[in-house]
Amino acid sequence: MEMTRRDVMAAGAGALLIAGLPVRVSAATEDAIAAFTGGAEIGSGDISLTAPEIAENGNTVPIEVSSDTAASILVLATGNPTPGVAQFNFGPGAASRAASTRIRLAGTQDVVAIAKLEDGSFVQASSTVKVTIGGCGG
Amino acid sequence: MASGVKPRVKVPKKAAAGDSITIKTLISHKMESGQRKDKEGNAIPRSIINRFTCEFNGENVVDVTMEPAISTNPYFEFEAKVPEAGEFKFTWYDDDGSVYEETKAIAIG
Repeated sequence: MEMTRRDVMAAGAGALLIAGLPVRVSAATEDAIAAFTGGAEIGSGDISLTAPEIAENGNTVPIEVSSDTAASILVLATGNPTPGVAQFNFGPGAASRAASTRIRLAGTQDVVAIAKLEDGSFVQASSTVKVTIGGCGG
Repeated sequence: MASGVKPRVKVPKKAAAGDSITIKTLISHKMESGQRKDKEGNAIPRSIINRFTCEFNGENVVDVTMEPAISTNPYFEFEAKVPEAGEFKFTWYDDDGSVYEETKAIAIG
């Protein structure tokens, strides 16, 4: 079969589409981070994220976030179909800037927590969780 | 309205003024993520609780925005200040517009 220019272009576009898929997943994470920080630089510091190293069941993975001076904390699961997990906004009645909950993870991945501190800066912490059975159903 | 939604909240009955207390909340809800498929391969539509708030005497303690990655029967644990006797009010907002509320009074002593 003779390859026309059109065929070559179509094959190339298809290959790009396939290669582009994993990039798009992390792009969703980046979009979520940008929406939260407004493009500000993220440092490290006053935030801790506690997650298990190995989770047998991805349907319910206990996590805990804490920070001494955070106004709000965003939690992202970078390997999920949608990266957003939760955003905690602490009000004047909160005794500590800490919370724990249970989340779903589709597979082994990094969980990221980003805190917006009272002075307006952003800090980040991440933790890799190995998941034996994913939590997104078949 | 999703069936069988029942909030459960654990708050101490009393505390010393100015103390910080730990609050645990759990609400039974299936939290359908919108990612699962039924036997015919059709996606099951998303149905989750998307927001949870806690207030003490009208003052915000914590306001959580939830995504489908929160597990079934969403559980939260956090700490609150108790400057005076009063009432904690917990509110959950469902995707379908229902609102689930629970209140717990706390005394000083």
